[in-house]
Amino acid sequence: MMSNVMRESHIMKIHYLTAMLAVALVIVHIMVRIVQGFSDSLLFDNVVANYQFIPYAILLEAVLVLISVHGFNGLRVILLELKQGRAYENAVTYGCLAGMIILVAYGSRTIIMTSMGMV
Amino acid sequence: MATVHPQLLKEKSETGKSSKSIILRISKFNPKKDSKSTFLEFTVPYQNWTTVLDAILEVKNYLDHSIGVRYSCRQATCGSCGMIINGKPKLACFTKISELNSNVITVEPMNNFPLIRDLVVGFERMFSTHKRIKPYIIREDSEITSATKEFLQSPEDVEKYIQFAGCIKCGLCNSACPTMATDSTFIGPQALAQAYRYIADNRDQGKDKRLRIIDERHGIWGCHFAGSCSQVCPKGVDPAMGIQLLRGYLLGYRK
Repeated sequence: MMSNVMRESHIMKIHYLTAMLAVALVIVHIMVRIVQGFSDSLLFDNVVANYQFIPYAILLEAVLVLISVHGFNGLRVILLELKQGRAYENAVTYGCLAGMIILVAYGSRTIIMTSMGMV
Repeated sequence: MATVHPQLLKEKSETGKSSKSIILRISKFNPKKDSKSTFLEFTVPYQNWTTVLDAILEVKNYLDHSIGVRYSCRQATCGSCGMIINGKPKLACFTKISELNSNVITVEPMNNFPLIRDLVVGFERMFSTHKRIKPYIIREDSEITSATKEFLQSPEDVEKYIQFAGCIKCGLCNSACPTMATDSTFIGPQALAQAYRYIADNRDQGKDKRLRIIDERHGIWGCHFAGSCSQVCPKGVDPAMGIQLLRGYLLGYRK
């Protein structure tokens, strides 16, 4: 069981830390978007250019990881409070862990491929 | 059913003590027999000092002997008569009718506890979580073998935990807790407040054991800090604060 691997307080420390870091990095992200012209943010060329600017790609990757970890753990906590039972709790815990890994992997793939000019 | 015992009203009017009355609505439900709960209504005379428990016992004595209610000390010490009074968890013996400012008083069993009958709920789970956190001083030596024969504490040492020692295990905090309403395995504010009570006691050496017990999936982290536990405590214990202080130990900013 996950709780045997990590104590709940360790998980919650990660939860709080990812929240604080995500807020800080998302502020930077929004400020960059405002400085560069918010309305043009989603133009194809601009998006590709953002990914190819390595410091910004690292920022986006960090935001992806932080929000995925925080979000899926938050979802896990909510679902565990809704219903109890060993099988259900294990399914929720490992399901959220899998969801988090898949989202980070898929997002990272997009960021890495675009920054390497493969798109 | 609205009813009043004629003898009861006659006695009250003869003595001239009571001119006021309220309608007391009592939840009636036996899980072994009934399919759903109903409310019985009684008109009960009262004085300024009449408590809700007095009114319930008057109904039980004169109007309906079958009403299930648990009580003992009648002075907010035993923690037996907790119930939902006009929507809020309160001790019936510690709640005067006159302070409720309502002509209709509805009494129901406490939330988040298994119902035994009418106003009586089962405390087994609360007592078991209370026992789980080891509600006693843990240390290697004892006062008898200690050189000083007793473990002296300064007023400051006592101040750290004394308000939490006031818990009478009435269960009102657990009844008011929104997390307990959804998570049936949550350890609950009562046990957490008592965990803090012993951890904050400088005679105790069981901090690590207790922190390990509460640091689990349905332990301390389930608390959303709604604060309703502290609001309803009849003894002035502040479980919400105790929980936040315990989190300080677990997050490492309290030693």
